[in-house]
Amino acid sequence: MFYREAGDFKTSYAQDAQTFPIAFDRYRYYAVLAVAFGIIPFVINDYWANAIFLPLLIYTIAAIGLNILTGYCGQVSLGTAGFMAVGAYACYKFMTGMDIWLMGSEGEWVRYALPPINIFFSVILAGAVTAAVGVLFGLPSLRIKGFYLAVATLAAQFFLVWLFNKWEWAYNYSASGQINAPTRGVFGYEVTGPTAEPWAAYLFCLVMVVGAAWIARNLTRGSVGRKWMAIRDMDIAAEIIGVNPLTAKLSAFAVSSFFIGVAGALFFSVYLGAVEVTEAFGIQKSFLVLFMVIIGGLGSIFGSFAGAAFMVLMPVLLKNVLVVRMGWATDLEAHFEFIIVGALIVIFLIAEPHGLAQLWRLAKEKLRLWPFPY
Amino acid sequence: MPEQLLYAVEVTLNGLMAGVLYSLVALGFVLIFKASGIFNYAQGVMALFAALTLVGIMNGQVPFAHLINAIFGTEVHHFGWHVPAVLAIVLTMVVMVGFAWVVNHFVLRHLVNQEPIILFMATIGLAYFLEGFGDLMWGSDIKKLEVGLPQGGSFWIEENTQWLGFGNENFYGFFLDRLDLVATVIAAILVIGLVAFSQYTKQGRALRAVADDHQAALSVGISLNFIWVLVWSLAGFVALVAGIMWGAKSGVQFSLSLIALKALPVLMLGGFTSIPGAIVGGLIIGVGEKLFEFSIGPLVGGATENWFAYVLALVFLVFRPQGLFGEKIIERV
Repeated sequence: MFYREAGDFKTSYAQDAQTFPIAFDRYRYYAVLAVAFGIIPFVINDYWANAIFLPLLIYTIAAIGLNILTGYCGQVSLGTAGFMAVGAYACYKFMTGMDIWLMGSEGEWVRYALPPINIFFSVILAGAVTAAVGVLFGLPSLRIKGFYLAVATLAAQFFLVWLFNKWEWAYNYSASGQINAPTRGVFGYEVTGPTAEPWAAYLFCLVMVVGAAWIARNLTRGSVGRKWMAIRDMDIAAEIIGVNPLTAKLSAFAVSSFFIGVAGALFFSVYLGAVEVTEAFGIQKSFLVLFMVIIGGLGSIFGSFAGAAFMVLMPVLLKNVLVVRMGWATDLEAHFEFIIVGALIVIFLIAEPHGLAQLWRLAKEKLRLWPFPY
Repeated sequence: MPEQLLYAVEVTLNGLMAGVLYSLVALGFVLIFKASGIFNYAQGVMALFAALTLVGIMNGQVPFAHLINAIFGTEVHHFGWHVPAVLAIVLTMVVMVGFAWVVNHFVLRHLVNQEPIILFMATIGLAYFLEGFGDLMWGSDIKKLEVGLPQGGSFWIEENTQWLGFGNENFYGFFLDRLDLVATVIAAILVIGLVAFSQYTKQGRALRAVADDHQAALSVGISLNFIWVLVWSLAGFVALVAGIMWGAKSGVQFSLSLIALKALPVLMLGGFTSIPGAIVGGLIIGVGEKLFEFSIGPLVGGATENWFAYVLALVFLVFRPQGLFGEKIIERV
């Protein structure tokens, strides 16, 4: 009834190629943006920011990143948390002032400390560093496929976590081995550190998410995205029709790692504030992001939002119902969380292998025809 | 012999023993992969679940005690009896067969003809489910597993290898854990048993037929459902053995399921479809990581065992993508 193409005439190529071709979709999108930017920052408090909105936004970026690699390019990765750790530590080094050694005129090593970089650019640079690391670990994907690659990415996961445990330079030689985010701000408003206002942190992450989704959406429907999907569907056939697997796969790794690095940087600097690498970026986190992508829908940007929302909201909901309402012990709740997550994944794969995004697509299809069944 | 070399030999021997344990877990993976093309990520959690169940039955724990207490406000924990180890192992095996049936009936049957990666992800979901379920059933505290396996170092080997030091007073003979020795023997028996089973029994032949070609096997009247339950039960049995070994070594706890992750590089080295490959791969990884930790570890701050296996497998795969014994990957358009 509301959801119709009828009467929505395209008069230019630009209109024909727009992201949301249906008017209702477009208005809904503007409405969501208006609520996210115009209303939530004024009503948000500490609990809502830390329990729901910040993790939701940050995991969405990570899920978009992994979705590009796994959903669009078909390369399964179990190293997400390792790359998030790279983003977090790179961001830490940039925001506290990167110290580097350069060869002096006499052939001796001289230590230069760069000035601390603005948090926004630190996060972007951290993404760039992660992209480079991602390409490095993506190189074997040219030889290894499928499961073998999935297991090979575990090498990245375990090696990177170990590296940030042992490499003192990465955590500025702090005695605890932790990294702590100093207070930094954008336009004079603090977004990191203990005194940051929840609305500022929220808006900072929101801008990043909107930017990431916008870039990802336009990349995936352009020629780069079509190359990725050709590789995903059948790499040999793609190679024969002229897609270069080297550039296609490595660009997928680079873009994906960039987003994951940005997510890791935000996760550390804005959300947690202090990070111990084995705890924050363990293998469980890799699986968590993978689940978001599967439950949300492989190969869908909307799916990344839906999956992240699902995986962030479900534990909060369970905790509220089981612990707060029914007074159960927290460890019982944790066990149920495992059971429910596991069962849901299996059920989703059986009932709808394409995830929440596909359910949404079907719902739209039904809406379009409503009130008629066909 | 110089001291360093002796230590290196000792490290190698211990690595071999550790490798046997990796192989045990890897075996379970290979069995399921060969028969159904499913890469069963849940194998490690199955080992954990089997060990938890074994301990629970032996100690007469009430299943779901925590949940029952939370709902009804009761205080039940134990039945108050102790079950002998052998009977408990048999009962655990019954539980694992039941689990195999449930998995086949409620999960795999509905996923026939899906892409391998979907099946892989389904087993990750299964692993999560089983992890929560096991903890809910038996509690998540670290448990001690005592089924009468010997513990501690073997004095016999220590005394009888002392002469290798040739009067070097810092050398007291090789230190080998008796549990590792037993594990090696059991693993050998298990492998011989599995090979004999698949070569000389009717079910074993059916299993190999399914592994070769699903449709051809179906057409000569082999029941795929039965074979899959059988193979998951076998994997459950291997998981039980692995769970007993690891559980006796380091207690029954969550990290057991992470140790199983180590089986993945073992598989990549050995090839997913080869039983001897799983054994050889396990030994290579076991020896490799111990020797690397012994020689390079101190230079880079130690704890290299966390990642060495994966990096070794990664480097190896770049040169030989199908693993040591895997079938050559042929791709057709």
